[in-house]
Amino acid sequence: MPHDHHDHDHDTPHSHTGMSSSGHPYRQDQDEPLTYWQNMEIAVRELLIEKGITTELEVMRQIDQMDNRSPADGAKVVARAWSDTAFRARLLEDATTATREMGFDIGALQLIAVENTDSVHNVIVCTLCSCYPRNLLGLPPDWYKQRAYRSRVVKAPRKVLAEFGLVLPDDVTVRVHDSTADMRYIVIPARPAGTEGLSLAELEKLVSRDSMIGVALATAPE
Amino acid sequence: MTERVRVREMFPPGHIRTPFYLRGKTGEVERVLGPFGVPEQLAYGLTANREKLYRVRFTMREVWGEAAENPDDTLDAEIFAHWLIPAED
Amino acid sequence: MSDTDGRRWHDMGGLEAGPVRLEEHDYALWEKRVDALMVLATTKGLFTVDGLRRVIEDLGPDYYEKMSYYERWVHSVNQNLIEAGAYSLSELAGKMAEVKARGTTYGECALNELSSPCAGGRDD
Repeated sequence: MPHDHHDHDHDTPHSHTGMSSSGHPYRQDQDEPLTYWQNMEIAVRELLIEKGITTELEVMRQIDQMDNRSPADGAKVVARAWSDTAFRARLLEDATTATREMGFDIGALQLIAVENTDSVHNVIVCTLCSCYPRNLLGLPPDWYKQRAYRSRVVKAPRKVLAEFGLVLPDDVTVRVHDSTADMRYIVIPARPAGTEGLSLAELEKLVSRDSMIGVALATAPE
Repeated sequence: MTERVRVREMFPPGHIRTPFYLRGKTGEVERVLGPFGVPEQLAYGLTANREKLYRVRFTMREVWGEAAENPDDTLDAEIFAHWLIPAED
Repeated sequence: MSDTDGRRWHDMGGLEAGPVRLEEHDYALWEKRVDALMVLATTKGLFTVDGLRRVIEDLGPDYYEKMSYYERWVHSVNQNLIEAGAYSLSELAGKMAEVKARGTTYGECALNELSSPCAGGRDD
């Protein structure tokens, strides 16, 4: 049986066919009739391997690498920025170098960190496609790629944020960042009140993916 | 001193990364980045010129006029040098 | 929205649209493979992310509705690889026929696997 067949009986380590990193099952596409585009994926991959352009191992490692990236990485960056003023300054000055300094393999990614304060709230979008800091936060949520989000958040950010349950006071300036070219963005959410004594690990838990896109705030501690 | 720039009103049919809604709009340079390869050439497999990339900050008032949700909110975007001209104030 | 008023279909900032649907899904294996092939091919210099976008944009608005995200991607990755000379159209046609003949599901048709999922894992 090919390894890629969905196999409920074997829990193979490093397998990409079981549960995802988020604990959900993958879509059952491998058990359904082969589509034209899936056929093309297999054909392109095998041709690239036959031509010596890539190898099966390289493809697998690339998938592993992407599976290992998650918002938890970004949360570590945020928690450190909250706790270490010198790091925060370096992050705001040059987020590409500062995140590499923390050991994150962000590849060719060029990163800008924007900071939320009492008077400024930042939110990220890519109106032209779906640019996202994937090498730090993993792949984007579906809604980030939707027409509704991409079209509307540049014109009516407050209304869109309200749909995410985030209502901002009028005296807070909203800054929308459209990722139109080579830069990717991470929002450093404001540090919630009452978190003074918390460890880095405790702070990280307050930082959601959505808070780093700017459609949510960091969670207040219980 | 902030530099004020205007996005050129060009409408070529190919692959470009300057959003339609910002063409003809004036903003302030937030920071200068790059140089990076020009997308209009990279997209077609051509050897690309490398150009500076400007992060330009526009007010919602400037971009949407009367329709702005909150005129003092802002919109930042990255615009390549060849899409910008000095703003006439 | 048309391509003749200067605004192309994908360039949607500021247009009217309905409420944001807060939906998510985990990516299927074949989708992750498309993503991996795109990263590997661009890292190796066969094409650029702008080339990826260009072909997707040229599909036009109808296909944005008809095809899923990674269907558009695999179409574009393939188109860019053909343009880069990585393989020929007849090689692609032959390979797609061969793949299709292997079975009926993605699992049956995607034979090219390492014998063990642990072989050469990321620790070595």
